Amino acid sequence: MTSLDSSKEIKKNDSNLSENHEDFRMFGLITFLIADGMTFAGFFAAYLTYKAVNPLPDGAIYELELPIPTLNTILLLVSSATFHKAGKALLKNKNSDAQKWLIGTALLGITFLICQLFEYFNLPFGLTDNLFASTFYALTGFHGLHVTLGTLMILIISWQTRSNGGRITNKNMFPLEAVELYWHFVDGIWVILFIILYLL
Amino acid sequence: MTISIDNQNSNNNSLQPKGWLRYLSFSLDHKVIGIQYLVCGFLFYLIGGTLASAIRIELASPMSDFMPRDVYNQVLTLHGTIMIFLWIVPVVNGAFGNYLIPFYVGARDMAFPRLNAVAFWLIPPSGLMLVASYFVEGAAQAGWTAYPPLSITTPQSGQIIWIMSVLLLGGSSIFGGINFIATIIKLRRPGLKLMQLPMYCWAMLGTSLLVVLSTPVLAGTLILLSFDIVAHTGFFNPVLGGNVVVYQHLFWFYSHPAVYIMVLPAFGLVSEILPVHSRKPLFGYTTMVFSIMGIVVLGLVVWAHHMFTSGTPPWMRLFFTIATAFIAVPTGIKFFNWVATLWGGKISLNSAMLFSCGFIINFVFGGITGVALAQVPFDIHVHDTYFVVAHFHYIVYGGTVFIIFSSIYHWFPKVTGKLMSEKLGIIHFAITFIGFNLCFAPQHWLGLNGMPRRVAEYDPQFQFVNQISSFGALLMAVSTIPFLINIFLSIKNGKDSGDNPWNALTPEWLTSSPPPVENWEGEAPLVKEPYGYGKSISIEN
Repeated sequence: MTSLDSSKEIKKNDSNLSENHEDFRMFGLITFLIADGMTFAGFFAAYLTYKAVNPLPDGAIYELELPIPTLNTILLLVSSATFHKAGKALLKNKNSDAQKWLIGTALLGITFLICQLFEYFNLPFGLTDNLFASTFYALTGFHGLHVTLGTLMILIISWQTRSNGGRITNKNMFPLEAVELYWHFVDGIWVILFIILYLL
Repeated sequence: MTISIDNQNSNNNSLQPKGWLRYLSFSLDHKVIGIQYLVCGFLFYLIGGTLASAIRIELASPMSDFMPRDVYNQVLTLHGTIMIFLWIVPVVNGAFGNYLIPFYVGARDMAFPRLNAVAFWLIPPSGLMLVASYFVEGAAQAGWTAYPPLSITTPQSGQIIWIMSVLLLGGSSIFGGINFIATIIKLRRPGLKLMQLPMYCWAMLGTSLLVVLSTPVLAGTLILLSFDIVAHTGFFNPVLGGNVVVYQHLFWFYSHPAVYIMVLPAFGLVSEILPVHSRKPLFGYTTMVFSIMGIVVLGLVVWAHHMFTSGTPPWMRLFFTIATAFIAVPTGIKFFNWVATLWGGKISLNSAMLFSCGFIINFVFGGITGVALAQVPFDIHVHDTYFVVAHFHYIVYGGTVFIIFSSIYHWFPKVTGKLMSEKLGIIHFAITFIGFNLCFAPQHWLGLNGMPRRVAEYDPQFQFVNQISSFGALLMAVSTIPFLINIFLSIKNGKDSGDNPWNALTPEWLTSSPPPVENWEGEAPLVKEPYGYGKSISIEN
C-alpha cells in the first residue's frame, strides 16, 4: 500500500515552519462551555416541566431551607472575585500574590462543597423518594461535579503559578484565563440553579 | 496573542510510522484521521448491514421463524444505533470533514489536532462496547430511541452498556464539532472571506453548531435514563411519578437535529461534486448559504413532530407542523440550486456523478414523504408504520449513503493518486440504486396499509410485498462486493490519476495527490472562486 503513502517530503523552507496564527484556544473553550451549558439547559427544562405537569405525591417535602444555599451563593460569587484578583496580580507579575488569591479561591470552592454535603445529609428526602428529590440531587450533583473539577484545576494552576519555575507567568496566562472562564461559568450556572431550584 | 507553529509538529510527524501503519497510530495529521474515520465507519457499516440483512430475512415470511422476537428487537436496536452513531455521523462529518476542511480554509491541519485525534480514538472502543452490549444478558432492545418505559423495564445490563457507548460517541461528536467551528471561523488563510469558502465548509459549520447545541442535551437525557436504570429513580418511570413524554422531548431535541447532522454535510459534499463534473459554477451560492443556516435554525425548533401521537396538545401540534413545513422552503431552494447547476452543464456521467444524481432523485422523494409526515392527520395514520421506515431510509441511505459513495469515487484519486475503475463503479451504482428502491419504495405501501415497524411478525397479506423488499435488500448487500473489489484493485494497480484528474478548482486539488504531510509545498493558495468553471480566473499565492 505504498500508494497511500505521501511520497513527497515537505520542503522545509523557513516560511513554512514559523507561521504564526491567532491563539484560538479560548474560542474552543467558549464553544465547549456553550455545549456544557446546553446540558444544564436540558436538566433545567426537565425540572421546570416536571414542576409544571407532574404533581408530587401527598406528603412529599419539597420546601428547602435557604440559609446554606444562600451562603453557598455568596461563597461562589466571592470566589469569582478572588479569581479575578489572581489574574490581576499575575498581570502585574506578582506571582506569589496570584498564588495566594488562587489558593483562597480553591478554599472557597472546597467550603462550598462541604456546605453542599452538609445540606445533603440534613435533607428530609433521599435520591429516590420522589421526582422532586431525584431532580434536586441530579441538578445539584451535576453542578457539584463541575465545582469539584474546577477546584482541582485551580489547585493545579496555583501550583503552576509559583514564583520560581512555574509555567504560568504573565507571558503564558492562558491556563489561568481558561480556568477562570470555566469558574465564572460554573458560578453563573449556580445562580440560575439557585433561582429556579430554591427561590421559584 | 499569537502562538507559533514551530518545528515541534513536523518533528512529531517524522516520528510517526510511515505507510499504512500510520492509520493505526495516534496520528495528528487531519488526512490520516479522516481516513481512520472512513475505514472505521465502513467496518461498522458492514456490521450494521449484516444486521439489516438479518432483519429482511426475518421479514421475508410473516412468522418469526428466522430468529425469536426478542432477538429481532435486539438486532433492530443494534442496526439503528450502529448505522447512525458509528457509520453515518462519523463518516459524513468526521471523515470528509477532517480530510477536506483544512484544505478548504487553506490550513495545514485542524485547529486542535490533538483533540481531533482524541475524538476519533473514542470511536473504536465505544463501537466495540456497543457491539459487545449485544452479547451480554439482556441486550438493549428498545430501539435506537431507547424510549422509556421500554428501556427501563426490559432486561437492563445491555441497555446500560448501550447508554455508556452512546455517551462516549456523543462526546466524540462534540469534540469534533468544536474543532470544525474553530477551524472554519478562526483558521482561515489570511484574505479568504467566509463567503468565498466552498459550500462544504458552510454545511460543516451549520452541522457543528447543531452538534454543539443539541448533543449535550442527549447526553444529559441519557444520564437521567441511566439513573432510572441503575439507581431506580423515577425521572421517566410513571410508576414512580415520572414522565415519559419529558424523555421524548429531550431525546428529540437532539435527535431531530441529528437528522440534519446526518444530511447537511451530504448537502455540502454534493455541492462540491456537481459543479466539478458538470463544469459549471454552483448555482445560487448565497441562497445556498442562507438555506443551510435557515435549516440549522428551523431544525432546532421542530422536534415535537416526532411526537404527534404522544398526547401532544393541539397548540404544540399546530406550531410544530407549521415549523416543519417551513423547512421544506430552504431544502427546496437547495434542490433547485442543484438541478440548476446541472442545467446546461457539460456533464460527465461517471460514478461520482451517478451517485450524486441518485442522491437528488432519492432525496426529493424522501423530502416529499417528510412533508407529508409533518401533517398531523396523516402522521397519526402512519405513525410507527413502515411508511416512516421508508421515509427515513430515503433520507439517510438514499440521501447520505449515496453521497458517501459519490464522495469516495470523487476523492479517491486525491487520497491515493490512483483512479478507480469506472466500469465497476457503474455496476456498483446500478445495483445499489435498483436494490435500494426495490427495498424501500414498497415499504411506503406497506405502511399506508398499516404494517407496524419494529415487529417481527406481520399479517400474511403483506408477504409478497415484503419479499420484494427483502430481494432489494439482498441486492444492496451484493452491491458492496463490486465496491470493495474496486477499492482494493484500484489501490493496488489503479491508473495513475495525476494531481487533478477532474480539473477541479477547489483548493484540495491544487496540491499534489496524495498531498504532502502539511498539505502545501509553500504557501496555501488563495482560492476566491472555488466554483469558477468557465471563467478565466487566476489563483493567487
